[in-house]
Amino acid sequence: MGSKQSIFTAQQLDAYQVGGTPPEDFLVLFYRYRDLAPQLVPLDYTKEPDVKLPYELIGSMPELKDNPFRQRIAEVFSEDGEGNMSLDDFLDMFSVLSEMAPRDLKAYYAFKIYDFNNDDFLCKSDLEKTLTKLTRGELGEDEVKMVCEKVMDEADLDNDGRLSLEDFQHMIVRAPDFLSTFHIRI
Amino acid sequence: MAGNFDLNQPLMGAGLESPADEEGVHVSFSQLIAEQIGESPDGFELQQLQRALNDEDRDYVGELGSAFEYPGRGLNDMEGEDDDGGETDPQDGLPWSSATLKILSSMPSRTIGRSRGAILSQYYNKTLQLRRRGQSRSSLRDFSRSSRPTIRGYGMEVDTTDGPESEMKKKKERLVNNLQNLSVGERLKMLRGMPVSVAEKKELRRLTLQKDKPPPSSSKIPCCSQLKFYIIIAARHSWYSWLSFLHSLQPWQFLFKRIGGRFGTGVLSYFQFLKTLLLFNVFLFLVTFAFLVLPQAMHPTELPVGVRTFSGLELISGAGLFTDTVMYYGYYSNSTLQKSCAREHNASASTDHDCVSERLSYNMPLAYFFTIGMSFFITCIILVYSMSKSFGRSFRIDKSYSILAMKVFSSWDFRVIKKSSVELMSQNNCTQLREILAEVVQKKEKNGGCQALWRLMVHGLAWAICIGGTAGCVISVYFFSEYMHQDLQRTSRQTNTHPLLKEASLLALPALVSLLNLLLPSLFSLAAWMEEYHSPSVRTYVALGRNLMLKVSVLAVLCYHWLGRVAANPSDINLMCWETFVGQELYRFLIMDFIFTLLNTLFGELLWRLFSRNVLRRSRNPAFDIARNVLDLIYAQTLAWIGVLFSPLLPAVQILKLLLLFYVKVTSVMMNCQVPRRPYRVSQMTTIFITLLCFPSFLGASVCVTYTMWSIKPSSSCGPFRGLRTMFQAGKRWVQELEKNNPDLSVLARVHAYLVENPFFLFVGAGIFLIVIYFYSQVVDGQRKVIELLQEHIEEEGAHKKYLISKLQNMHESKKRIPRRLRSQDSGC
Repeated sequence: MGSKQSIFTAQQLDAYQVGGTPPEDFLVLFYRYRDLAPQLVPLDYTKEPDVKLPYELIGSMPELKDNPFRQRIAEVFSEDGEGNMSLDDFLDMFSVLSEMAPRDLKAYYAFKIYDFNNDDFLCKSDLEKTLTKLTRGELGEDEVKMVCEKVMDEADLDNDGRLSLEDFQHMIVRAPDFLSTFHIRI
Repeated sequence: MAGNFDLNQPLMGAGLESPADEEGVHVSFSQLIAEQIGESPDGFELQQLQRALNDEDRDYVGELGSAFEYPGRGLNDMEGEDDDGGETDPQDGLPWSSATLKILSSMPSRTIGRSRGAILSQYYNKTLQLRRRGQSRSSLRDFSRSSRPTIRGYGMEVDTTDGPESEMKKKKERLVNNLQNLSVGERLKMLRGMPVSVAEKKELRRLTLQKDKPPPSSSKIPCCSQLKFYIIIAARHSWYSWLSFLHSLQPWQFLFKRIGGRFGTGVLSYFQFLKTLLLFNVFLFLVTFAFLVLPQAMHPTELPVGVRTFSGLELISGAGLFTDTVMYYGYYSNSTLQKSCAREHNASASTDHDCVSERLSYNMPLAYFFTIGMSFFITCIILVYSMSKSFGRSFRIDKSYSILAMKVFSSWDFRVIKKSSVELMSQNNCTQLREILAEVVQKKEKNGGCQALWRLMVHGLAWAICIGGTAGCVISVYFFSEYMHQDLQRTSRQTNTHPLLKEASLLALPALVSLLNLLLPSLFSLAAWMEEYHSPSVRTYVALGRNLMLKVSVLAVLCYHWLGRVAANPSDINLMCWETFVGQELYRFLIMDFIFTLLNTLFGELLWRLFSRNVLRRSRNPAFDIARNVLDLIYAQTLAWIGVLFSPLLPAVQILKLLLLFYVKVTSVMMNCQVPRRPYRVSQMTTIFITLLCFPSFLGASVCVTYTMWSIKPSSSCGPFRGLRTMFQAGKRWVQELEKNNPDLSVLARVHAYLVENPFFLFVGAGIFLIVIYFYSQVVDGQRKVIELLQEHIEEEGAHKKYLISKLQNMHESKKRIPRRLRSQDSGC
């Protein structure tokens, strides 16, 4: 295991503080990233190489392997929207999904993850897709429709037929276990 | 997370306020909006908006707050698909008028919380705009055309061909300047909370720091910090493994998940209640064991009578060999326990005196009194606390607390990694969603007059059956107990009865009571079968009520029998020690109840399932009767609580009983019962169970125990309170002794006498308590009403805004159309 200083310069380490990753997790996350594809990820990041791991590798991580939302997570946190993540994106993902991320930030990214068609609103089709993934297709079609209707009724405050970020945040802020469930342990 | 700086200077001056008389305008909105639909342009083009805004010289971040999601339901249909990036130009391609924009941007909804929401909401504009321009996510050419929000969204144009480079730089600079005004810690916090990519954050930070004077000397990482980091990582890992170990220690977690997933929250709440009872009994057992059983066991008293042999009947009847053991009240000595040290020293009178005063002495009567009192008091506190907590959890002020939405979005636990756990979780989610859906979607029943009357009659009949059954049960228990009492009197006068036979005859009363406890709930469920209820939860609550009535009356009769008959005249049945007898009775009741429950579960439910499957040809298994099982548990726990005074080891018996019962019930449920046909959510079930445990059950038990301690004369030849007038005297005597030894404590003694013995103080205290509770409940009611009104207000405001904005835009367009028409007329001629 190389020391931090041989992989990153001191300025880089300082700069990464803004990422929200606590310094003790930084190395751990870097090595997890590298373990996904040791031949692609160099051990020397001082020159800031432009390395991106494809989605298939990210999705094969044990923490994400069985998560039905893993594709959306990778898409939201990747720069290109396809799921191919650089080290920065990787760090970002785990810092938002860690215990210490602020609630608003988590709510924002949760909104983005559930927004399947990327239109910045949670419309009925987004809700239906979320439900299907949540229950692995066990709910019947009319049950899914009823649930979507009820969710819209409950959460849509300004009555435009879809949930905006404000509606979502207003609702999720009062969910008691949102902070603890929207959390991946690394 | 409120940012503590303002990135904007909102034009509050031009802000509109809602009209004073909302009543007047409110009604005609839908009509007006419908009119507007006909006249107004097709959809609102943000792109035009953006360009128009950029013309104005304003701090960019302070522009449009939230995305312009104005189109209401009706307008939405008109607008067409704006999700897939199609262009939706207004009919005549006019941008918003600057007046409209000014007003929009200064609306309170867009200026409140701006510093927090502004950054977030900029990305709305950005991505929406990108969609409008037909960007697909797959284009990798331009970095900024991504679904990830980038810093360049801070008011900068995506296409540099569109706007000047300098403007981009200017706006970024403004943001950096704002960041610099913060302290280092706040800046870091702000940056961390921004929904931007790490690369952009680093860039911002770099720019911010460039302007600062260079930091003192933080370029080198000291060598020992590496070690520190490794230590922190190791500590964190060990903390996680400790947490998961603790989590796995929690018994039956996996079982609970399986049961909850398959059978719903109702059945699950029964098992969770069982676990709660187990914990109460463990606490009680630990306390009595540590303070009563252990000291007494270390100083065994001499057995008065000859040796008894072990016969198997003891386990059920609790008499025989168990009578003079540490299990019952009678064994405990009434003196101060001291270690005898005569064996250790050579027998000499002088050293005797020394060693007595050196060793610890243990005042047994006082310890008995205080242990029982304290354990009841602490149990009371724990009960009230858990009751209030679960009450708070299930009855919330805000009626519209969007349970379904919260469930959909926050129920997936991202921490779960194992495949089997993931499957279990999705099944659980499915069941819970179904339950909430069934609760939220209420079916409206049409009540014809005749139907309602018929239903009322059926309900009345069912209640009559139940009350009649209960009354019959109570009367039979009363007369049978009297008969048994007289029988005992008779046999105690005779000397030639076989002791085992005598013991066995004592089992008759418990057997009868357990049998009645078994049969009557079946009668109740039979009566309930013919009734119709609105929802399954109402059915469960009614069943709970009926079973509760039965159990309370049976317990009342039994308490009267023990305390009123046996304890009052113990010499009638030739009892040396009536407390031990009562303790044995309670033990017998517990054991018989357990045996009958086991038999019922193992054979009764199995037989019923086979019967209903094969004879009645029903395709479904019988449902798990929650009400009856819960009340059985509460009944047994009440007996245990009453019995702690007379038999300190009774909690241990109860623990063993509950453990066995748990596994038997789980097996039976999995095998014999069915998944509920109409899943219903019983969020308040746990609250109701704990309330039932607290009020009829614990209250009744503590009233019994208090009455025993206060008024009944303890037997004079056994137990720690022999010779006293009441058990309460033990405490009083101790206080008097203290007072004698230390005259300063006389104040304490007087206070004690005044507070504890004067009922007036208790009345006043209870009265104040009730008044405070009433006050709080009124406050909660008022808050609920306020919340309802505010929600209506929000909806109205949305409608107001739609109307006003479309009106403004119309006015602007009609103004513009006039000159255009004139122009075209000119060009025409």
